[in-house]
Amino acid sequence: MSDNLSPSGRVQRTIFTEDMKKDYTILVPDMLPMHFKLIIKIYEKYGYHMELLENDSQNVINQGLQNTHNDACYPALLVIGQFMDALDSGKYDVNKTALIMSQTGGGCRASNYIHLIRKAIGAKYPQVPVISLNFSGLEKNPAFPMTPAIALRLIYAVLYGDMLMLLYNQCKPYELNAGMTDELVARWQHRLVKLMDSNDYLLPKPIYKAMLNDFAAIPRSKEKKPVVGIVGEIYVKYSPLANNHLNEFLLSEGCESNVPGLLDFVLYCASDSVNDAKLYDKKDKSSLLYKIGYDVLYKYQKQQIKVIKDHGVFKPPHDFEHLRKCADKYINQGVKMGEGWLITAEMAALAETGAKNIICTQPFGCLPNHIVAKGMSRVIKQAYPDANIVAIDYDPGATRVNQENRIKLMLANAVIE
Amino acid sequence: MGDMIMSKVYCLGIDVGSTTVKTCILDGEDIIYTKYERHFSKVGETVLEQLKAIREIYPDDSFKIAITGSAGLGIAQSADITFVQEVFAAFTAVNVSYPETDVVVELGGEDAKIIFLTGGVEQRMNGSCAGGTGAFIDQMAGLLGVTPDEMNELALKHEKIYPIASRCGVFAKSDIQPLLNQGAKKEDISASIFQAVVDQTVSGLAQGRKIEGNVLFLGGPLSFLSALRKAFVDTLDLGDRATLPELASCFMAYGSALHAKKMSEPVTLEEAMDKISHAKARDTIAVTEPLFADKKEYNDFIDRHRKSDLKYADIKTYEGDAYLGVDAGSTTTKLVLITPDGGLLYQHYCSNKGQPLDVITEKLKEIYRLANPKLRIRASAVTGYGEELIKAGLGIDFGIVETVAHYKAAAYFCPDVDFIIDIGGQDIKCFKIKQKAIDSIMLNEACSSGCGSFIQTFAGAMGYDIAEFARLGLFAKAPVELGSRCTVFMNSSVKQAQKDGAPVEDISAGLSSSIIKNAIYKVIRAKSIDELGENIVVQGGTFLNDAVLRSFEKELGRNVIRPAIAGLMGAFGCALFAMERTKNDDFFRSRLITKDRLEDFSYKSSAVQCGGCTAHCSLTIIRFNDGHRFTSGNRCEKGAGIKLADRTENMIEYKYKKLLELENKKPSAPKGRVGIPLALSYYDLLPFWHTLFYDLGFEIVLSEESTRATYYKGQQTIPSDTVCYPAKLAHGHIESLLEKGVDFIFYPCMSYNIDEGGSDNHYNCPVVAYYPELLKANNTALNDDNFVMPYLDLNNKKHVAKVLSQSLERFGVSKKEVYAHLNHAYSEQVRFKKANEAKALEIIAKAREKGEKIIVLAGRPYHIDPEINHGIHKLIASLGFAVVTEDSVAGLVDVPAVDVLNQWTYHSRLYRAAEYVCENDDMQLVQLVSFGCGIDAVTTDEVRAILEQKGKLYTQLKIDEITNLGAAKIRLRSLAAALEEKEAQKKLA
Repeated sequence: MSDNLSPSGRVQRTIFTEDMKKDYTILVPDMLPMHFKLIIKIYEKYGYHMELLENDSQNVINQGLQNTHNDACYPALLVIGQFMDALDSGKYDVNKTALIMSQTGGGCRASNYIHLIRKAIGAKYPQVPVISLNFSGLEKNPAFPMTPAIALRLIYAVLYGDMLMLLYNQCKPYELNAGMTDELVARWQHRLVKLMDSNDYLLPKPIYKAMLNDFAAIPRSKEKKPVVGIVGEIYVKYSPLANNHLNEFLLSEGCESNVPGLLDFVLYCASDSVNDAKLYDKKDKSSLLYKIGYDVLYKYQKQQIKVIKDHGVFKPPHDFEHLRKCADKYINQGVKMGEGWLITAEMAALAETGAKNIICTQPFGCLPNHIVAKGMSRVIKQAYPDANIVAIDYDPGATRVNQENRIKLMLANAVIE
Repeated sequence: MGDMIMSKVYCLGIDVGSTTVKTCILDGEDIIYTKYERHFSKVGETVLEQLKAIREIYPDDSFKIAITGSAGLGIAQSADITFVQEVFAAFTAVNVSYPETDVVVELGGEDAKIIFLTGGVEQRMNGSCAGGTGAFIDQMAGLLGVTPDEMNELALKHEKIYPIASRCGVFAKSDIQPLLNQGAKKEDISASIFQAVVDQTVSGLAQGRKIEGNVLFLGGPLSFLSALRKAFVDTLDLGDRATLPELASCFMAYGSALHAKKMSEPVTLEEAMDKISHAKARDTIAVTEPLFADKKEYNDFIDRHRKSDLKYADIKTYEGDAYLGVDAGSTTTKLVLITPDGGLLYQHYCSNKGQPLDVITEKLKEIYRLANPKLRIRASAVTGYGEELIKAGLGIDFGIVETVAHYKAAAYFCPDVDFIIDIGGQDIKCFKIKQKAIDSIMLNEACSSGCGSFIQTFAGAMGYDIAEFARLGLFAKAPVELGSRCTVFMNSSVKQAQKDGAPVEDISAGLSSSIIKNAIYKVIRAKSIDELGENIVVQGGTFLNDAVLRSFEKELGRNVIRPAIAGLMGAFGCALFAMERTKNDDFFRSRLITKDRLEDFSYKSSAVQCGGCTAHCSLTIIRFNDGHRFTSGNRCEKGAGIKLADRTENMIEYKYKKLLELENKKPSAPKGRVGIPLALSYYDLLPFWHTLFYDLGFEIVLSEESTRATYYKGQQTIPSDTVCYPAKLAHGHIESLLEKGVDFIFYPCMSYNIDEGGSDNHYNCPVVAYYPELLKANNTALNDDNFVMPYLDLNNKKHVAKVLSQSLERFGVSKKEVYAHLNHAYSEQVRFKKANEAKALEIIAKAREKGEKIIVLAGRPYHIDPEINHGIHKLIASLGFAVVTEDSVAGLVDVPAVDVLNQWTYHSRLYRAAEYVCENDDMQLVQLVSFGCGIDAVTTDEVRAILEQKGKLYTQLKIDEITNLGAAKIRLRSLAAALEEKEAQKKLA
């Protein structure tokens, strides 16, 4: 048992140490399965053993309810519930288990998730360390450093993950032989992990091309299906646990979903500091570093887009600079809490490029979304009168039938381009 | 060909709503058949019956069928029949039969919808937190003890409208209940309920889009309730542009039939009925284990609980002293009469039918009639929502807070009780007992009121009485898992379970268990069961339901004590209290109304608006036949006509007054008029902005002081109905400034607030930081010229000067000029803060002189707005506390160590205020939380932890547009009672 109390003397804070590295299992919450599976493999190469949680029983929600504040947002509740459920399950040696959570440090409550997790877990499992995964140096974990080498590999995992997700979404609704797309995704996941061993992993162009060719070879129907854009709070947008398997539902309704990639969010976070520097005259060393980081990431994105365009079969993701221009029409890029202006921009960009059917997923009572999603719907609709936007709230009590009913209402109006 | 039977193809639309099934048959363009029927949750059966009825008339024809409606999706899917989304069905039907319509307003059993047809088609449904619809009206009618039709008649005769929270049914209910208990007229309440439905539709659904032009009303409630239609017409100023189609109630079925024409293949009714009756069901619902494994377990359970009972005594033969206890609860009234050794002479438990005073008067008469002439009621006490009215009207000797009453009663059955949970019709109250004093109180917030009345309403909706419904649940084989949120959410969970074919037994058991889960997971939030302690007493009428009791034991994994008089515990506790207080006091004489005076007891109630201050409370004045009167609805002592001598100054009022006074200072020849909305961060930074604009030569115009009317003014431009009330009010303040006519409104966006030091960061919350963006995007009257919203970081002077000079360029304000005046503005802000601190210390010193306790009312700067705090500070003061605010004491201590990311300026003050309270023995903290404030989900637990670590009590008050202070009062009085108890124990020790 550990007796590391926080300075307040109220909460256990067990630090993840070098010793733990060798035989601890680090549990990862289920947000973006396609990406996270790659990320876990990267960490494996650096000697960490991670496991993606996939528990999604009612007990996950019950544990979340019991261990978080009533008004905490749904993502916090689910992550805590998933951790608690896993630790209680007996599947893991609780003396050899750690937890990991990302932390951005923005003005949204999400930056506090890690603290909520500690409060919840600490009461029952004081010995379990909770690691903060962040790029901003908010919390330092000596045995879990964010080195440039790791960071670079993580970025590539995001890029490849986005590519896989994009190809999956564009092939799956049209595949003629059921299951072929899923098989190919699994094959590529395996292959990407293998590629990590060599430096080829860091040269994405040929890999992208191979991916594009493989997916293009899947026999697909030429049928026109309505394209539905999914935007929103990052966890609810991606996590099937949180959004009641939204992607599957849309497939079953005969739609193609268009889910903007994770790189957009990474670029958005990087651009924050750049925007702040401009807005508030705050130029300093860190904002310069962020600017460099942003430029590099943006170059990666442009490269990916170019490869997809040149290949000519699939629709590329939105160019981030274009997203910024889209945002400027409706909202200042200074709105930087939560997913901030990015949600407005993604809605506008989707509306502009044909995905006029948009689902904005959000945790019930999400603060930034009042402003950037519901708050901006009117002006976006004014600009694109045929934009078909529906905001769906997710929370432990909201039923699937209610959510699906609202989505069906939107689909009844769906625009096919 | 005349004798040949021609088989025809018709189009059949079936609308399966949450409460009704509607069918409509089309022959070409013509409607030849419609039917409207309640399904009492037997969805599949009702549909089949209707099809059977149709087959009788059209035995040989075939039909193109389409199903619509919120409960129709499941049937359509599993029976493989075309489904049309209901709003889409309405849309189609309107286009065919009422093409000149601009807006459709449809209220259904549980849904509310608006379709905008012209100027960009838009279809909206109520969000998942908005239940004020048909089911809501039914529920409210039940509360008033009338049918919806009678309620309609009543509403047509109203004189006055009370403000009732319009967001969700649960909220509205907690507004209506106190009105009822205070004796407001049913006519007025009925009309107010309809008005609340209208307001909700307008603000919750229209969200910034005006409902204007030709409006078509659809759905059951609007077809049957003329007063509701009238409320819509009046509110939206529709005149004669509102239409109710002949077919209103079956309109979606009609739309669905129109779709069937285009979309489906004809089938015979046999085929359709076959498909529906064989539809596979029940594969997706989660179920839990039965409540009892076998009959023996059930019998043991019954025997165990039978042990906790009282002795009984006969009122007709008993001679001697007796004690009367009355619990005038929110929906029920309870009375007990006991002997000095706790024998039960008389008990009564009934619905108060909205008239608690009448019910109690009648029961008291009965007691007098039954009682042996030698029985003497020695003393009496009352608790509950109606406490003051009953006390004033019937001369009850003591009024005590519910928590104290319940503790007294629980301790009678279990002297070492550690934890008490009471689930009544409307409330869940839980409290821990430490060292014989109430230690921490947990009440359900308005949003999680899955309480007793919910099961009752549900049983009624399914056609059962509550006792039978509960009995069915006891032996359910597979109780369904229904989630654990508020009533509205549970409704839709139940709908889904029904859709999946769960039988009523499983639903009943599932409801019991979800009420328990709601209590355990949402209200108590215990980390472990051990935290609750060894001895748990459960009470409240809801626990008389064995299924609920058993669910609780199962969920906790341990047995609990349920007294047989579980529903009467509040009244029993009152009787015990009256006894304790008077037993050894030979001089005590009860003031209870005598038998003779009771015979001609009567009263009249009237409604007036208080003119005592700007709050303009809606008062209900009750005049009793002996001439004395009782006023309720007032938030302070002024309304009741009482003057408190030597009142200690109140920090909230002081601050508010100081801020408003700023406007009086105007330059002689102003450069322009700048409008400042009295909202959100301006309650904090007004001194800075006022000084700066004044120095720059501008006249400052403040928006009006917030009232309910301010909210209504802006409600059409609110895009998100779940945002906090302080933010919603900002919309009205913008309207107010537009009315006042200013050159421009100045409202900056600020990611960062002023850095007060000691914290990880100094953000504003997302709503405070960026609300101007939302205001501008949703109020069409605003543009770049009249609404100036630069992005500013006040921590950087040069930057502020630069940005402001750009913003004010057209007034010829230079960067240098701004820069030159900035220091003064900053120093005024600091001066304001220092003055507040000095005032707080002065108030504290005065309170100490008088021996008063001090409460730090900790919230946000904007919580000093009287429309936001609803006068809670006055309520606290009326309980004998001095009140200071979080920001006036935060500067007096260092930031304590916290276990959260301390990154918001306003919230950081809360932690420091808590630390300050810990350092002072005579202080307590009460945290004000606006409903919907997600950040307070982080701060409240942390503030609680800081306080509890040092042995302080934590009290949280949730506030919203609701003006009912009932729950706040219970908490505050319990806090006062707990402090007294602690004090008394200290003296003993």
